[in-house]
Amino acid sequence: MEKLIIDGIETEPDPSKTVLEVAQELGIHIPTLCYHRSLSPYGACRICTVEIIWRGRSRLRTACTYPAWEGEVKTNSEPVRGARKLLLELMLAEAPASVEIQELAREYGVEQSRFKVGDEKKDNRCIQCGLCVRMCEDVMGVSALGHKNRGYRRSVTTPFDRESDVCTTCGACEFICPTGAITVKQITDRPVTRIASEFELGLKERPCIYVPFPQAVPNKPVIDRDHCMFFQNDACRICEAVCQPQAIDYKQEEKIVDEEVGAIVVATGYELFPLEQIGEYGSGRYKNVITGLQFERLLSASGPTAGEVRRPSDWAIPKEVVFVSCVGSREPELYKPYCSKICCMYTLKHAMLYKHRVPDGQPYVFYIDVRAGGKGYEEFYQRGIEEDGVLYLRGKVSKIFEEDGKVVVWGVDTLTGKKVEIAADMAVLASAIVPSEDAKELANKLKMAIDEHGFMTEAHPKLRPVESLTFAVYLAGCAQAPKDIPEAVAQASGAASKVVALFSEEELHHEPTIATVDEDLCSGCGVCVSVCPYDAREHDPEKHVAKVNEVLCEGCGSCIAACPSSACQLVNFKDCQIFEMLKAAMSEKGS
Amino acid sequence: MVDFEPKIIYFICKWCTSAGADLAGTSRMEYNPFGVPIRFFCSSRLDPQHILWAFKNGADGVFVGGCHPGDCHYQDGNYKTRRRILLLKRILPQFGIDDARLRLEWISAAEGKKFTQLVDKFTDQIKSLGPLNLKSLEV
Repeated sequence: MEKLIIDGIETEPDPSKTVLEVAQELGIHIPTLCYHRSLSPYGACRICTVEIIWRGRSRLRTACTYPAWEGEVKTNSEPVRGARKLLLELMLAEAPASVEIQELAREYGVEQSRFKVGDEKKDNRCIQCGLCVRMCEDVMGVSALGHKNRGYRRSVTTPFDRESDVCTTCGACEFICPTGAITVKQITDRPVTRIASEFELGLKERPCIYVPFPQAVPNKPVIDRDHCMFFQNDACRICEAVCQPQAIDYKQEEKIVDEEVGAIVVATGYELFPLEQIGEYGSGRYKNVITGLQFERLLSASGPTAGEVRRPSDWAIPKEVVFVSCVGSREPELYKPYCSKICCMYTLKHAMLYKHRVPDGQPYVFYIDVRAGGKGYEEFYQRGIEEDGVLYLRGKVSKIFEEDGKVVVWGVDTLTGKKVEIAADMAVLASAIVPSEDAKELANKLKMAIDEHGFMTEAHPKLRPVESLTFAVYLAGCAQAPKDIPEAVAQASGAASKVVALFSEEELHHEPTIATVDEDLCSGCGVCVSVCPYDAREHDPEKHVAKVNEVLCEGCGSCIAACPSSACQLVNFKDCQIFEMLKAAMSEKGS
Repeated sequence: MVDFEPKIIYFICKWCTSAGADLAGTSRMEYNPFGVPIRFFCSSRLDPQHILWAFKNGADGVFVGGCHPGDCHYQDGNYKTRRRILLLKRILPQFGIDDARLRLEWISAAEGKKFTQLVDKFTDQIKSLGPLNLKSLEV
């Protein structure tokens, strides 16, 4: 049998596939515009034209529609390049405003089109490939778009050129358009919901299928069912068509995994105090008033601005940035009375990094106290002031508002006693650390105590700082209280060591205080069996007395108080012992 | 005249109220000294007998402290305590004891401050009720 040879690479012919598909599998690049894996081949743009040589005859065919029969294919030969050049000249005349077409044309040495560009097409970017129309109809099942007219007057539009009332604002047309020619706004006046990326804290958009964050474990995409067009409208399935290993499975459900464990380390972390609750700083209304965590994303090389400091409203480089510490912290009257501990240092770090990225910019920091109490922290603070010129103003900020595109910050410098007004480009708030939302529910389940602010309570504030009051449950990180990275790591290491110590013992120790039954007194009434929360009690049918399972008994003593005949006693904590304690208490000096 | 110094017994559970009292101590909080705490594993270990015995033998007030509902270290011991104390409160007047002399409160391990506040409040209450002196009633 004859072979299929693409650019000198031999392969098996497979007429169920197209030449384009086989070439892509072999890693050979063929330019495409109107092709998409989720749609059937259409052959509108012709840019994937290749040279097919079969039985000595050479012909130009579009790779996206031509079956992968035997023969020879040249994807970048002279005739192919010539054909593509002509196509690009035509497209350049049709869509002179498209940057994508200009770039592709330049690749083929086409700078100017020989064909006349009419004035009415001056701003046109559409090459009439029809991808959007096919996407809307075939994949989304909506048909909000169609072609009108013929020849050079052909264009993509909605029926009767009116605002579409069937458009679901899914944005597939915008997503698929190879030349950026179409936007949802041109089709409908319905509001378009952009999905804000959770990881980028709203500074960036994300699609419906996405990897939650770059270091996610497992590093696999998830589908946002609330927005996915398949789950909402039973349409789309583009991800399924595009995924070559066919890994998309719409039937996957969230499931509850049961694991039996010997110890639990609670490390549920923290959240930020919501800006919406701080009215004087704009209640989160102003785009250029952001939290420290958002600024962290702006500084990140993998963040929404690739590490450049730009303000969210217009992505301009801010020349003056005001950092405000203790936002919501150390404010017992209104918000949280405690110190969030990490803000002093990260605000300083942010101000320094900002100064490094924007050397002609000026960072200001409003503070109550600078708490640089850690190894090397004070030196870092001095460096920030002396070397990087971070301007520290001791005082609280009373109000932040927007005016003429500036973020105006009203504050006071308590060292000079003067009012301060800064018309900055951006304000960064060091919001208070608050416990994660579900911490309370988890604490309830694990029988752990939580404090008035919702942080988990340790067994002893000084002597048992990594254990909870519940046996074999340990604490690490901000779940217990605000703390910085070294402290969180130290506590987590401590908790891990406690777990190892627990597991390394041959036998588990149990409190000796457990319930016993005096069989001579027990009438077998069964009250103790009904009150035991651990099923450690059972009725002995032969002797007609209650029994205690010594391993299950936790020694709470509920059954002892319930026993009507005093047949139950708690070892080392008998009624007579309690009465002795009471007697001793009564005889103490007092009344 | 010497102030009336009431005798108060605090029956507190090991996991919540006792830990809360410890927290009050380590935090150097101040509260009324007229009481003796007796620590139980769980407030549900407390037999109404213990309370009656205490009243009979000279206690002017009895304070019972347990975990918050739903937080019991032993799952639901504090619910049992709640039932028992409620019943006992209805019986106490029949013995000539004001039911305000018995108090049940939920105090978690993190609520040192609440512990001191409740102790002070309860002490004031017992002070205003005066000595119980059940012994004088004995026939």
